[in-house]
Amino acid sequence: MKRKTFLRAGIATLSVAAMAAMSACSGSASSEPAASGAASETISIGFSQVGAESGWRAANTKDIQDTLTEANGFKLSFSDAQQKQENQIQALRSYIAQGVDVLAFSPVVETGWDAVLQEAKNANIPVVLTDRAVDTTDESLYASFIGSDFVEEGKRAGDWVAENFKDKEINVVELQGTTGSAPAIDRKEGFEKAIAGSDIKIVDSQTGDFTRAGGKQVMEGFLNSHDDIDLVFAHNDDMGLGAIEAIQAAGKKPGVDIKIVTIDAVKDGMKALADGKINYIVECNPLLGEDLAQIAKKVVAGESVEKRIVVEDAAFNQEEAAKALPDRKY
Amino acid sequence: MTRIYKHRLFWPLVALAALLLACSIKRPDILGITVLDGHLFGAPIDILRNSAPLLLVALGMTLVIATRGIDLSVGATVAIAGAVALTFIASSDQPGSLGTALGAIFVAVGLCFLLGCFNGLLVAKFGIQPIIATLILMTAGRGMAMLITNGQITTVTSAPFSSLASGFLMGLPVAAIIAYGVYLVVSILVRRTALGMLLESVGINPEASRLAGVKSKTLVFTVYALCGLLAGLAGLIFASNTMAADANNAGLFIELDAILAVVIGGTSLAGGKFNLSGTLIGVLIITTLSLTVTVLGVSPLVTSLFKAIVVIAVTLMMSTRLRTMLAGLRERRRFQEVSA
Repeated sequence: MKRKTFLRAGIATLSVAAMAAMSACSGSASSEPAASGAASETISIGFSQVGAESGWRAANTKDIQDTLTEANGFKLSFSDAQQKQENQIQALRSYIAQGVDVLAFSPVVETGWDAVLQEAKNANIPVVLTDRAVDTTDESLYASFIGSDFVEEGKRAGDWVAENFKDKEINVVELQGTTGSAPAIDRKEGFEKAIAGSDIKIVDSQTGDFTRAGGKQVMEGFLNSHDDIDLVFAHNDDMGLGAIEAIQAAGKKPGVDIKIVTIDAVKDGMKALADGKINYIVECNPLLGEDLAQIAKKVVAGESVEKRIVVEDAAFNQEEAAKALPDRKY
Repeated sequence: MTRIYKHRLFWPLVALAALLLACSIKRPDILGITVLDGHLFGAPIDILRNSAPLLLVALGMTLVIATRGIDLSVGATVAIAGAVALTFIASSDQPGSLGTALGAIFVAVGLCFLLGCFNGLLVAKFGIQPIIATLILMTAGRGMAMLITNGQITTVTSAPFSSLASGFLMGLPVAAIIAYGVYLVVSILVRRTALGMLLESVGINPEASRLAGVKSKTLVFTVYALCGLLAGLAGLIFASNTMAADANNAGLFIELDAILAVVIGGTSLAGGKFNLSGTLIGVLIITTLSLTVTVLGVSPLVTSLFKAIVVIAVTLMMSTRLRTMLAGLRERRRFQEVSA
């Protein structure tokens, strides 16, 4: 009995000591810039990422972490919300409580942000949205939105389809992104707009949650329930890559028997495009770090910033992909 | 007739048949199987293959639940297995060789077995409540997987490894052969020997079975270790399916699906008697449900609602109390008609 008490006391002491050591570590880390005299210029940014659901997101995360470094005058606090809004709101609240200089995040869904954004506004912390927009009536809740124009991306994908299958009756299946997310809603809208009035018909549309496994499983279902699929429009590369696997398993040739058009242009997608398994990719540029750094510096200095910054996107067909592939950063 | 009616697997089977029927009404030839490139192809084959990871996880879960326990960490274990295997392949000199693939499988399954042993140790040796003990790994596991993959989605090309999920052996998908083979072996092991009975006795009354000479701690430890191992195997199939290790999404909520499959199969969460054939039907219902959603063209906006309604319907149909109440209502009505 006595030994047990000792043991417990020992464990308790140890854990307290460990905690003290940890806080000591973080304490010394934060005091470092102060020693070098740059503390006043360092901008602290709290960034809440959606998750790590796709190759695109991984490239986006890496670029932000590589750009917002201490050497560049930033102190970045980064958190991964694992595709859950409640995690993201929690992360934002904790950043507000810590009193960061700038809040930045990629909202996982469009709606439901007003309360937490109001809290940030009350605490006088400017908010920068990256990659995805929020749906709010009060635009003063955020300083700026950096990201691609998703409607335009969907439209460009649709334009390519409309151009290459002019006057042909073709059946398209759509692999949607996460239900309710801005890219899923906008890319769908843009694509539909572009093919409106033609003989191109979307015969089925289902969510694959932006993941490979999701894309593969939904595509298997599509192949079982439709005989005459001519083209797949996937809202991102990863779902398109999953669809390739399903099409191959069904004994058809992706890119030939069933054409594939996707959005994002991450490395694996570009490889598949160069190999002829995908037919067209509209890029969605994940390198937002530099823009975010510029905006953050400006808002902290009190300068006015543009409300909407559209990132340049390219588009690739198979030959262009083979050419561009060696220099791709992501 | 009433005996069939009252069999505990009657209603789950009805639900499974109803889902398949719904698919066939929308598309009459969906249940057809054709031969394509020397292997079988068709929706039923897809269901068999896609059910493989869940079947493996649910199999381990059934045995754990039989001992009054629960294992919440299987989803994280699935993610770890995929992360370890693909990182192993990615860092090797010959990613495409059979030896590398076998090495990856061995290392990943071995590690998951150790994770299962860790759970078993916490529950059997230190007497920590199973839900808490396995919650540790559930929370920490995805972090470990992220650490292994460096927060990226690791992708590799390795023909031998990809055949684990996409390959065919004797016309049947390799994944299904593995999962259903393991299922068969475990079923024979627990039902043809005294092992199953001993597990049930531990679940019904651990103390009494210990006094009766059953090595309950060893048994409990073993089922958690086995559950970890099976989850690892499931993780390999999952990763091989897309040849990508996604630390965040691989096996997400598979623990809940597995628990659901076990419950639909008629095994009580209170432990004791367990039913492996019921678990199999539960797994098939859950996998078929995903196909039904796609075939029926249920809008993505209401997919979760649709799934929930099906699950509620199945569990309500299985509730003996509800059926007794309904029977009571009918009796009363008949009585009123007679007296009127």
